[in-house]
Amino acid sequence: MSKLDKSDVEKIAFLARLGIDEQDIPEYATNLSNILDMVEQLDSVDTDGVKPMAHPLDAVQRLRADVVTEVNDRENLQAYAPEISDGLYLVPKVIE
Amino acid sequence: MQWEVVIGLEIHVQLSTKSKIFSGASTAYGAEPNTQACTVDLGLPGVLPVFNGEALNKSVMFGLAVGAQINERSVFDRKNYFYPDSPKAYQISQLYYPIVGEGHIDIDLEDGSQKRIGVTRAHMEEDAGKSLHENFQNQTGIDLNRAGTPLLEIVSEPDMRSAKEAVAYMRKIHSIVRYLGISDGNMQEGSFRCDANVSLRPKGQEEFGTRAELKNINSFRFVEKAINVEIERQMEILEEGGSVTQETRLYDAEKNETRSMRSKEEANDYRYFPDPDLLPIVISAEEIEAIRKTLPELPEAKCTRFMEELGLPEKDAKALTVDRDMADYYEQVQQSIDDAKMAANWLLGDISALNNKKGLEFKDCPVSAEQLIGLLKRIKDNTISGKIAKDIYLAMFEGEGDADAIIDKKGLKQITDTGAIEAIIDEVIVNNPGQVAEFQSGKDKLIGFFVGQVMKASKGKANPGQVNQLLMQKLKK
Repeated sequence: MSKLDKSDVEKIAFLARLGIDEQDIPEYATNLSNILDMVEQLDSVDTDGVKPMAHPLDAVQRLRADVVTEVNDRENLQAYAPEISDGLYLVPKVIE
Repeated sequence: MQWEVVIGLEIHVQLSTKSKIFSGASTAYGAEPNTQACTVDLGLPGVLPVFNGEALNKSVMFGLAVGAQINERSVFDRKNYFYPDSPKAYQISQLYYPIVGEGHIDIDLEDGSQKRIGVTRAHMEEDAGKSLHENFQNQTGIDLNRAGTPLLEIVSEPDMRSAKEAVAYMRKIHSIVRYLGISDGNMQEGSFRCDANVSLRPKGQEEFGTRAELKNINSFRFVEKAINVEIERQMEILEEGGSVTQETRLYDAEKNETRSMRSKEEANDYRYFPDPDLLPIVISAEEIEAIRKTLPELPEAKCTRFMEELGLPEKDAKALTVDRDMADYYEQVQQSIDDAKMAANWLLGDISALNNKKGLEFKDCPVSAEQLIGLLKRIKDNTISGKIAKDIYLAMFEGEGDADAIIDKKGLKQITDTGAIEAIIDEVIVNNPGQVAEFQSGKDKLIGFFVGQVMKASKGKANPGQVNQLLMQKLKK
């Protein structure tokens, strides 16, 4: 049985950059804990010697030839951007 | 207390593919911002990354070159973090099943001995874009041309015990990737970048101390300086009984200090998980063997061959083979003039000295191998003296053309006509009666003075051997 507490919920929200209301935290904690409980049922299966499956069809990654196929589409793509300048996307200042 | 330094390096090498690791956008350096960033690189909804097979080939080549195990099955994971130059909010990387497993390289230490440094692993991942802070008031400009450029991250064991060893390791890795042709290794353009994990522990203690990670140190010189100032910083803290904080630090070359970089480190929790957009990368033993056959001769093998076949001393052979561009150039010149020693002396002497003075990498040397061959041939056939050749080399370096053209234009052809040399000698003898008398009364050392005068009068063009011989004849009369 997993039980997430308030600080767990706050940490998860921070990592996902989600703003949540203080009053909703208990409900999130309960719901998330229930999801973990559901998934934990899988622990009862003996998986010794079973290789992790990457794809139900046992397929492997196809490789692309190293060829440039994309053309410059900056004007189109930047039409969606909130703010641009001299070809750059602008975001709020990030300082290390 | 006696402290032992422990260093491990993470080297990021941009693989020199034409297109990106998961998209068909160009990886060419220096394009206008965001003109090489397509929908996949921008992480727009609904796009699917498709893996570039050439990134796999190049990564396998590296693994084979360092004697590493190649994993026939490797998997891409998502490393989740928010930063504006990473538009998907995750980086596609390999955590649990990297392409290259454990390997090693041998580095040369200053005392001439060798030390083996372990390579823990090497994995494929995508590069991030670039943030530009300078030109904006309260904003940051983002250029995503670099986003999605294939990287091979090479992680070393914490086997290095000094900044010098770390630099030697980094140089060796650089040399290997350049030989393999899997990266241009250009440090100014960020194709070859290094993070260093540095910690101290009391000598004799097995357990590692707390480490600091120095980020993005982009020249061999700075790596050494950055590590050394970090060692000093940690030693001061420990000597005073304090403890080192595990954190990321940035090296400031101007102030020659490291400073704490990200407070967010404490919140770092990348929540890696297998990327559902990408299937496992599978390569067969046969395919790996086929790649092994494409490996070029590597620096160590080339060095041995230069010693055995060409009779070069170890020191010269090593110096000539560190940089593949220099080694290839050397071989071309050596084969053409059939004089291993002469070619080696030129490359390791004047040419290297001038390149260093001008801050040039060997590949940027403006004098081509063909040009140098043209010059050395004129020394061999006695058209010019070795001394004049140095002046001609300088002229070629300045872009004045080929040796023959410069010899013609400046009238530098060596004087080998006995009559002409004799005429100059006669004049020198007439003009310096005092020295002639001294010489003839037994002051043999003055021969140097006379040779000098004759060479000067001939503007360096008289054949020195003939000058010597004729002077002796005339003065001894």
